[in-house]
Amino acid sequence: MEIRPIFASLRKHRIPTLLIVLQIALACAVLCNAVFMISKRVSDIRLPNAIDEQEISVVDIQGTDPLQAASETSRNLAALRGIGGVEAVSVVHTMPLSQHNWGWSFGLSMDSVLSDEHNTNVTLYFVNQDFEKVLGTRLLQGRYFNSSEYADSTIGGGALPHTHVVVITDTLARQLWPDQPALGKTLYSKPNYYTVVGVVADVLRPDVYTSNRDKSYDDVFLPLSPDEVLHAYILRSAPMDRDRVIREAVAKLQQLSPQAVVEGVTYTSMREKYFANMRSMVWILVLVCVVMLAVTAFGIVGLTSFWVGQRRRQIGIRRAIGATRGDILNYFRTENFLLSSAGVLLGMLLAFGINLYLMRHYELDRMPWYYLPGGALALWVIGQLAVIGPAMRAASVPPVVATQSN
Amino acid sequence: MFGYYLDLAVRSLKRNKMLTALMIVTLALGIGASITTLAVLRLLSGDPLPQKSSRLFYPQLDPRPLDGYMAGQTKPDPMMTYQDAMYLLHARRATRQAAMAVLQSKIIPSQPNEHPYFADGMMTTADFFAMFDAPFQYGSGWSADDDDSRSAVVVISDFLNDKLFGGSNSVGKMLNIDDRQFRIIGVLKHWAPQPRFYAVALRGHDYGDGEALFMPLQTARSLDKGPGDVECFQDVTDLIHLETAPCEWLSVWVELNDSAAVTSYKSFLDGYVKEQISLGRFHRPETSLLNLMGWLSDQEVVPSDAQLQTYLAFGFLLICIVNTVALLLAKCLRRGREIGVRRALGATRGAIFTQFMVEAGIVGLTGGVLGLALAELGLMGVRHQPAEYASLARLDLQMFLVTFAVALVASLIAGLLPAWRACVIAPAPQLKAA
Repeated sequence: MEIRPIFASLRKHRIPTLLIVLQIALACAVLCNAVFMISKRVSDIRLPNAIDEQEISVVDIQGTDPLQAASETSRNLAALRGIGGVEAVSVVHTMPLSQHNWGWSFGLSMDSVLSDEHNTNVTLYFVNQDFEKVLGTRLLQGRYFNSSEYADSTIGGGALPHTHVVVITDTLARQLWPDQPALGKTLYSKPNYYTVVGVVADVLRPDVYTSNRDKSYDDVFLPLSPDEVLHAYILRSAPMDRDRVIREAVAKLQQLSPQAVVEGVTYTSMREKYFANMRSMVWILVLVCVVMLAVTAFGIVGLTSFWVGQRRRQIGIRRAIGATRGDILNYFRTENFLLSSAGVLLGMLLAFGINLYLMRHYELDRMPWYYLPGGALALWVIGQLAVIGPAMRAASVPPVVATQSN
Repeated sequence: MFGYYLDLAVRSLKRNKMLTALMIVTLALGIGASITTLAVLRLLSGDPLPQKSSRLFYPQLDPRPLDGYMAGQTKPDPMMTYQDAMYLLHARRATRQAAMAVLQSKIIPSQPNEHPYFADGMMTTADFFAMFDAPFQYGSGWSADDDDSRSAVVVISDFLNDKLFGGSNSVGKMLNIDDRQFRIIGVLKHWAPQPRFYAVALRGHDYGDGEALFMPLQTARSLDKGPGDVECFQDVTDLIHLETAPCEWLSVWVELNDSAAVTSYKSFLDGYVKEQISLGRFHRPETSLLNLMGWLSDQEVVPSDAQLQTYLAFGFLLICIVNTVALLLAKCLRRGREIGVRRALGATRGAIFTQFMVEAGIVGLTGGVLGLALAELGLMGVRHQPAEYASLARLDLQMFLVTFAVALVASLIAGLLPAWRACVIAPAPQLKAA
């Protein structure tokens, strides 16, 4: 295909040519960045969490008499165990992605105090017996707590339980003691200290850090005997039983404590609620991208149609002197390919620039290189699809037009 | 003359329906998307209390140890200890002052078959309502005496009053909160500043309906009600007696009427901190006194996502404008002959320019109307999202006007280049070509 005549014709219409190139460039730049933002959010929404999310339901009971909490806990646990389909029951004080965080910070030397800036901030998960069976946490090293450790551990209105054993997550272990086994090591917050007896696969915190993912997995599990801070009853059942299990569990606990506020949810809906805002954002971004591509296509259709209309006579002459329909079709498609290529080149530069700006001002990551050719490809395809209609109309111009004067 | 241009424009637009429709739809999509996101951003970043915000200030001190302190760089903590908050409150150096913390309360309905439920609330002090212009439907707030004597009184919101008492005057009635009887002394009219700037650590509840009830701070504390968030800076063994614990959990707001009052309050704060340092209780000299809007931006309440989204939408609007320019231009380039004839018959360049701008304006206005419909549709979509601010996404009169201004400006910008190209066309060659 000879492209020189195309260049010559484009040079005659400099401003429309420039405008369409500019439009493709802008679309390419915005598209690359938008898709990058979407993919970042989608991967945030899918942050891995090493518990059996599909099998867990949470029934939260609050507003009971704190003095009765210890005795009511075993009664409640027994009642929940009696529900058909429930495989295991436990009670904890908070869940991953529940937004209820109990934070603390620990150091690695004996004189570490809470206010020490070098300490690592972690989430405390206070757990009761069998938590691992309900949550399905995966032990990587060491062991879980034994029943005497649960029995010895109380909190009594303080901020840390009186125990000396903890289980921590894999990420936290590697962060605190890189290249060393974590088992047997100690965490300090004067005057408290805790020995690591087990390491579990990464469980998310109640709130995640989207800018620094590793921080989203800094958890310390502490054993705790029944106490008023333990108010989230967790139940494990087959996924299809969850709704019924929750209904029966709520009714049972409400009946046992009429003055309490009882609320039950599946863990999957808890996770969905946490990411609801982010998911809305993803949908808005996707919609904007789709509409943007549509508008770009409209522009190409509009301009090419116009060019076709303007060149009817010229096309007729070419047909009369022997150009086939395919030649005419190819002419417009090549023209579009040239315009798209110029736009895409400019667009990739723009996309890169926008990404740099967003990185500086919004803690965005660097866009991986493959977004640029990806965006280019998308716009090439859109361009070729958009040009087909007008190009077909051009190809159907009969040679006889050449003889008509307009 | 304008009527003639209008007629010409409509004729010209009708001549190529497909192209006209493309221009209008393109512009409408651009406007729809940008106005939808702009409305959400405005909702999120608006002034929650426009009539009062310039007079409300948020004092901050820093009771943390010197360890890790860098002069001029370390920001003071967002909350305050009980001891410091009470000192500022009792010093009465501002026109009004109140301390507050979020509170979760269990409400027990009087009907026997209804289950108890939790309601968001505030524990605060007497000046709260007057300082934040919270309007009363029935009754009033409590007095400083009620604060000191720990009266079991409560102010409830309109929506709680609707739910419990069907909207009737409930002042004087009793309400069971956390298994204790409280006397209702006031019912607010609808009051929900967006965002709920006065509270820190809302755990993502910055927008929405707001508090269901307000209770005197000392009363709530005498019931052992803990605040939503506690930040400790030294080791604590006791989280029950928060009044003496080395923990920050209160927000303090003050009302200062003029800049002289602001300056003198700031030096009062500095003086207090200096005194505490000399007593060995404080170690860091930093204080801060931000006004309401300054405090909101300091706390980064507006999600950066909403800002990114707005950039994106305006990038998109730009694409739409470029597209419209290209289409308008293509159209006018084809009309050289018509322009030539009109020029030859005596039309001035100005007349041609005006004619083309009128044509662009019509495209713009039509695109604007359609864009408005699309924005309404977009906002309806946003309202159906589960995000907590979603239900508030609406177009107000101002946004309505902004939409039209944006549409018109966008289309006139789009029309500028083609109109200029049209009016510089020399008549002679065009006529000859015919």
